[in-house]
Amino acid sequence: MQTLEALTRDAQALANGEIVLSAPETEVARQMQICNACRYCEGFCAVFPAMTRRLEFGKADIHFLANLCHNCGACLHACQYAPPHEFAVNVPQAMAQVRGQTYADYAWPPALGRLYQRQGLTLSLALAAGLALFLVLGAVLQGGGLDALWGANLGGNFYNLFPHNLLVGLFAPVFLFVVLALGLGVRRFWRDVTPATSGAPLSAPATAEATDAVLRLKYLDGGHGDGCHNEDDAYTLSRRRFHHLTFYGFLLCFAATSLATVYHYAFGWAAPYDLPSIPKLLGAVGGVLLMLGTAGLWHLNRTRHALHGDAAQKPMDLGFIALLFLVSSSGLALWLARGTPALALLLCLHLGAVMALFATLPYGKFAHGIFRTAALLRHAVEKRQPNPIGLGAD
Amino acid sequence: MADVDVLVIGGGNAALCAALMAREAGASVLLLEAAPRAWRGGNSGHTRNLRCMHDAPQDVLVEAYPEEEYWQDLLKVTGGLTNEHLARLVIRASSHCRDWMRSHGVHFQPPLSGALHVARTNAFFMGGGKALVNAYYRSAEKLGVEVRYEAPVDRIEIDNGRFIAAHCNGERITAKTCVLAAGGFESNREWLREAWGQNERGEWPSDNFLIRGTAYNKGVLLKHLLDDHGADRIGDPTQAHMVAIDARAPLYDGGICTRIDCVSLGVVVNREAERFYDEGEDFWPKRYAIWGRLVAQQPGQIGYSIIDSKAIGRFMPPVFPGVKADSLPELAQKLGLPVETFMRTLDAYNAACRVGRFDHTALDDCHTEGVSPAKTHWARPIDTGPFYGYALKPGVTFTYLGLHTDDTAAVRFGNQPSSNLFVAGEMMAGNVLGKGYTAGVGMSIGTAFGRIAGVNAALASKQAPAQSLQTLVATEMKAQHANA
Repeated sequence: MQTLEALTRDAQALANGEIVLSAPETEVARQMQICNACRYCEGFCAVFPAMTRRLEFGKADIHFLANLCHNCGACLHACQYAPPHEFAVNVPQAMAQVRGQTYADYAWPPALGRLYQRQGLTLSLALAAGLALFLVLGAVLQGGGLDALWGANLGGNFYNLFPHNLLVGLFAPVFLFVVLALGLGVRRFWRDVTPATSGAPLSAPATAEATDAVLRLKYLDGGHGDGCHNEDDAYTLSRRRFHHLTFYGFLLCFAATSLATVYHYAFGWAAPYDLPSIPKLLGAVGGVLLMLGTAGLWHLNRTRHALHGDAAQKPMDLGFIALLFLVSSSGLALWLARGTPALALLLCLHLGAVMALFATLPYGKFAHGIFRTAALLRHAVEKRQPNPIGLGAD
Repeated sequence: MADVDVLVIGGGNAALCAALMAREAGASVLLLEAAPRAWRGGNSGHTRNLRCMHDAPQDVLVEAYPEEEYWQDLLKVTGGLTNEHLARLVIRASSHCRDWMRSHGVHFQPPLSGALHVARTNAFFMGGGKALVNAYYRSAEKLGVEVRYEAPVDRIEIDNGRFIAAHCNGERITAKTCVLAAGGFESNREWLREAWGQNERGEWPSDNFLIRGTAYNKGVLLKHLLDDHGADRIGDPTQAHMVAIDARAPLYDGGICTRIDCVSLGVVVNREAERFYDEGEDFWPKRYAIWGRLVAQQPGQIGYSIIDSKAIGRFMPPVFPGVKADSLPELAQKLGLPVETFMRTLDAYNAACRVGRFDHTALDDCHTEGVSPAKTHWARPIDTGPFYGYALKPGVTFTYLGLHTDDTAAVRFGNQPSSNLFVAGEMMAGNVLGKGYTAGVGMSIGTAFGRIAGVNAALASKQAPAQSLQTLVATEMKAQHANA
């Protein structure tokens, strides 16, 4: 009966042009009402100071706060109202559920937002398609079918199998699409949350502060520097450190590719580059960091406390971690297997994985970095505005 | 199995402080917590700060809060129901204990928004008391303290003032020494009923009390020690720290968020829709502790805080939304109050308001004239809809009845200290705080006495004489000066 009443109420609200909250959003609003009356967690992160600037929590406030939350778990373990208390406050979980919803809601094109609901399937299909693409392409280019790829004599040069221009022709459109899709998605998010976060424009100090918070993963430090939580109420810096390895490993690999592109077009220096060339150095170090980082994050994810975050998003988290690991490990394997008969097949594997990774960037875990950065920027702007709530108790 | 050196009964702040100090002194320690793991820590899980003496700014504490000022504050709230010697030791201990707390994983932070009035006097635990309790348990386990949950002790054996054994879940546990830190009796409904009795209206007021903290403070050991072992007692069983909280709060563990902070911004009426006390007597943080009792004296032990739209945004947001109405009669109806009397009360109040310069951060000049009871500050007519009402009930935080003790934390029988039985926390807080309350003082008492009880239990397990809390304070003061 209650569901029917709720549905009727929602239908009426929709007809009146009011904004209707989803079930996860309603849950965040309920919990924020409790937290705002308690405030013990104010020192942990950005979410709670942002909360105290509000008395009510509308859809845009909820989307903003959900993406500001880093799922560090500190407020759950410190909470006097956490389950089994009847208030059942679990902010990291409630926020994670809304976060997952915002990724899908803000995806561009909107129809592809549905890919978030079936992440395991999405990533597997993307990987299969990427592998198939390069295997078939390799077989055709090499001639003699798939068998001929084993032991194909490339002379250590990938372009002997896949010419440079072909690779550029395949990856450049995908990359540009990724930038466009993520850009349009986050632009819509930004437009929705800006009025709810003071409406003030970005300033240089706010941008600097948010950038610092992103690059140092400030909000995984627990507010005291001892770190956040993983399997229990003990603080650990391991999540922060393994994320750093992953993030900076990814950036180094990306820098290696970008620099190689500059070498190719600006100087006419063609790959392969070997040590001690800069692209190779960046790629090798980045690849190793990425492997270590993702291996660590995988382990931490598998041992996470059961009440942290949204269990339904585990396939998304683990799928993304696994894909990053595959990309980095196959990239390094490629280098180590230069002179072996496995080279052509490894090359197909690596390129297929890279293609799958890039094609799914706007529809998977990668989005968290984009949306959280946007939320941190809005937070840094908002906190510099006068507090709209003037509590007499102060 | 060889006897454990120190048995700690209880699992909150004082018990953990005792266990940690005893373990650090080299004793083997077993801690028995009555609650399951998820509910461990007793009322400490609901606390948020420690009232600290300091002569100069100290990390999160601004300015100074000297011993004398702290003592005067304590004297004022207790109305003299305190022990100056013990109180001053607690005060001094509060200025030197935080490094030790940090060494066991407790983090401090500057005051929370909405609590800036205690920025000078109170050091806040980052994440609140449950984070502190978690840190202490982690540290205790790391140091090798054995912890058992769901281990309520129903009786202990005492021979000639000496602790012999405790009985827990049918098991007889012997130990060389014992620290009692098992809390007050606020969640024992029968005992509250007995203590509060029946009023002239034939009501049992305590039946309508809510308990803000743990459901596990049944006072079993306290009663056992007082009644069966004739331990020396302190405090009055009808004294309890009681505040007015949202009537919709859960029966137990409603904690901080169920408070209603808008009393001083409006009026409060009882079930008969009559006002009964000056809502603007003083700043709310100085008055919230008397409103529990005031409401407890009203028929049905219920009150209704009434505000209008002018008050919105000026007080800590309440956990449950208020009852909202566009007119005062409608609000009375929704709250189930007699509309006619309600309107008479509100009209009389509104007409009596002499509005000057409203300032909620000062004792302003907005007051009433010709109405009884008067409202002496922040009196503005309740005339701007929508109007809001919050039902209030008495919320018990803790009780004051306890065991009489001295500066060694020893339990006393016939005014003689036990050589191996010690007490800490709510079970003895009444020695320092006979009534009243001031924020963070419970944790100061629990920490000081928990620590000295642990030290002395460890000493007693080696047949060494007990130390005074004074010695501990002096040692830490010296260490702090040496580091400075």
